[in-house]
Amino acid sequence: MVKTNKEMFAELEAFIAEHNNDSAELIAILHQAQHIFGYLPKEVQEFIAERLKISAAKVYGVVTFYSFFTMKPKGEIVINVCLGTACFVRGADKILEKFETLLNLKNGETSADKKYTLTSLRCVGACGLAPVVQVNGKTFGNCTPASVDQILGQYK
Amino acid sequence: MCKINSKEELLKLYRNVEGLLDLRKQSIAGKAKEYYISVCGGTGCTSSESLELVKELNKEILALDLKVKVKAEITGCFGFCEKGPIVKVFPDNTFYTKVKPSDAKEIIESHIRDGVIVERLLYVSPNKEIKRKQEDIDFYGKQKRIALRNCGLINPENIQESLAARAYQALANIITNKVDPMTVIAQVSASGIRGRGGAGFPTGTKWKFAAVQPKGKKYVVCNADEGDPGAFMDRSILEGDPHSVLEAMAIAGYSIGSDEGNIYIRAEYPLAVERLKIAIKQAEELGLLGDNILGTDFSFHIKIKYGAGAFVCGEETALIHSIEGTRGEPTNKPPFPAVSGLFGKPTIVNNVETFANLPIILLDGPEKYAAIGSEKSKGTKVFALAGKINNVGLVEVPMGTTLREIIYDIGGGIKNGKKFKAVQTGGPSGGCLTEKHLDTPIDYESLAAAGSMMGSGGMIVLDEDDCMPNIAKFYLEFTVEESCGKCTPCRVGNRRMLEILEKITKGEGSIEDLDRLTVLANNIKDTALCGLGQTAPNPILSTIANFKDEYLAHIVDKTCPAHACKALLNYKIKAEKCIACGMCARVCPVGAITQSTDIQGKLPNRPAYVIDLAKCIKCGSCIAACRPGAVYKD
Repeated sequence: MVKTNKEMFAELEAFIAEHNNDSAELIAILHQAQHIFGYLPKEVQEFIAERLKISAAKVYGVVTFYSFFTMKPKGEIVINVCLGTACFVRGADKILEKFETLLNLKNGETSADKKYTLTSLRCVGACGLAPVVQVNGKTFGNCTPASVDQILGQYK
Repeated sequence: MCKINSKEELLKLYRNVEGLLDLRKQSIAGKAKEYYISVCGGTGCTSSESLELVKELNKEILALDLKVKVKAEITGCFGFCEKGPIVKVFPDNTFYTKVKPSDAKEIIESHIRDGVIVERLLYVSPNKEIKRKQEDIDFYGKQKRIALRNCGLINPENIQESLAARAYQALANIITNKVDPMTVIAQVSASGIRGRGGAGFPTGTKWKFAAVQPKGKKYVVCNADEGDPGAFMDRSILEGDPHSVLEAMAIAGYSIGSDEGNIYIRAEYPLAVERLKIAIKQAEELGLLGDNILGTDFSFHIKIKYGAGAFVCGEETALIHSIEGTRGEPTNKPPFPAVSGLFGKPTIVNNVETFANLPIILLDGPEKYAAIGSEKSKGTKVFALAGKINNVGLVEVPMGTTLREIIYDIGGGIKNGKKFKAVQTGGPSGGCLTEKHLDTPIDYESLAAAGSMMGSGGMIVLDEDDCMPNIAKFYLEFTVEESCGKCTPCRVGNRRMLEILEKITKGEGSIEDLDRLTVLANNIKDTALCGLGQTAPNPILSTIANFKDEYLAHIVDKTCPAHACKALLNYKIKAEKCIACGMCARVCPVGAITQSTDIQGKLPNRPAYVIDLAKCIKCGSCIAACRPGAVYKD
């Protein structure tokens, strides 16, 4: 069931209260907020700032510092290409390129219809399976440019 | 479960649960009455459905009504990730590799019910020998597992198994006997252990700095922000043996006079977080963490704090700011965290692997640990061996082992029979070592003298197909992306170096660029604020020092000897090998490949295909699709 905006803010408020409105818990709160809303829009950041009694600028500063946080909504299907060293030396750049060509997206972009987000990360720690791609949390190992077609075929 | 109120009660419980591991400590050949099946539950193997495999094994056990005879559970990382998922059957110690959920039925029916080993799942060595037991495999031959002692032995989600492996006994000895904290610190110092996060600062000395600060609030921090891409030592320890880390943190707390620990962990490690949460809860329920541990007046609480994807947060001052809920920017030292750290209070920051070693050091005596290793680097070190190597995995070796032993004896040599080119240690802060360094013994000093560093333990092997300027560029892209922007040398200097490297790898560099790069690199080394910036030029300096000819090839000859730099290579088709199957044309995303009308191919009346270099985007799809190997890089 899709939650209403009001319900999502109520959930966030409860989480903040659980953490005693402590500004040292900002990163944990932002993780939770992103989990609830899917991303961290301006209103959510202002809401958190107000509850923690810190400036919105401080919240924004933290959101933009850490690569895990995003201010843009992500697509339904999030494709993460691992660009850690182990994957890189086994050809991860070619995997990323193939995704970019097939989806017509650059690394970090989301398609206009909000269906696909293509992004990269640095090491999931499954280096034995390099190169690795994660789609919505599911890991695909030993990828080749050819297996990119197969992976995308499963997520049409 | 009720709380344990004294050391005696802990030891009584230990004697009760000790038997849990009996089956796993035996070595029986042939049929056994009872079996225990360990399935690797680390990130690598769970990515290949090892958790489904455990479910399937248990389903088959139920179906054949073998519950009294056998048990199947998860364990921590065996280290042999290349061959995962790994399954080990005790007490005959059979080691199965690349096991799929669909193999469960055969394992239970054949091995457990009928006592017949499933040969097709055994490991086959590069020289085609079948190895049945873990200890027969070369990969394990030169290893010595201390930090990883419980990984692959115990079920990390069950505290009883940790207790059976003597967890919390070192802590109990210390706090119930009210050992003087300075005595504990002296023992840590006597073991010779140095920080396993990379810099190698003596752990005992670090603790002493914090211990001598005036009484009051102090903090213990565990650095689990394993950011080096391609390294997974800390993750595997937390996933496979979380209680060792928790116990060591409590010991550190007692030693410096702290009642609070924080574990700062990457958000990319959900499984490790989950196992930590379970471990903390179980330890608190038993009174092994929390208020009045084991009925003494010592209290210690541990919290988990999450990172959010910033490499610089592995630097201790940046990490501290991140725990405080702010941007993870580093600050100048001094003041050192031991004097003014988290929330301005004395704080020690130690790495996961450092902590994991400590309980056993204190339990078995520091002398035993100090006897292992080299003169200035004691004990063992865990490495994440990855890249172009046959046996990717996690290895733990005594300090002083040579790079050659790790790469060839343990790692099984280079993948696909290619030629070894370099080994990169220390990640984005480290350097590349070559053939002539292969007999370097691994310790902090020797690696630094050779122009690299120990680092946290990432070890990436490169072969003849890897272009060194391109590898340097890869690392620099990483540091530029991860630079926090606070100090100019790192923010601007690294970007300028990256631009020069981009020019060189495109064949647009000049000889002067090489000098500029070296001068700039040394300036950044001398002037950047924190460890990230100061070490960022290392991959460049070490590749220039060891592979200058490759830089010159890019600059002077405008070629990439490894055929890796796209701008400097063309894909072509060798007509005499082309069977005109058309696979290349079918996979080409831009329609650059067509069949010629007049070029004679391998077969009569089948003209060869050709690549239109103006249209080609050099994606490499054709080379991967060509079966007769007619496509080549020029």
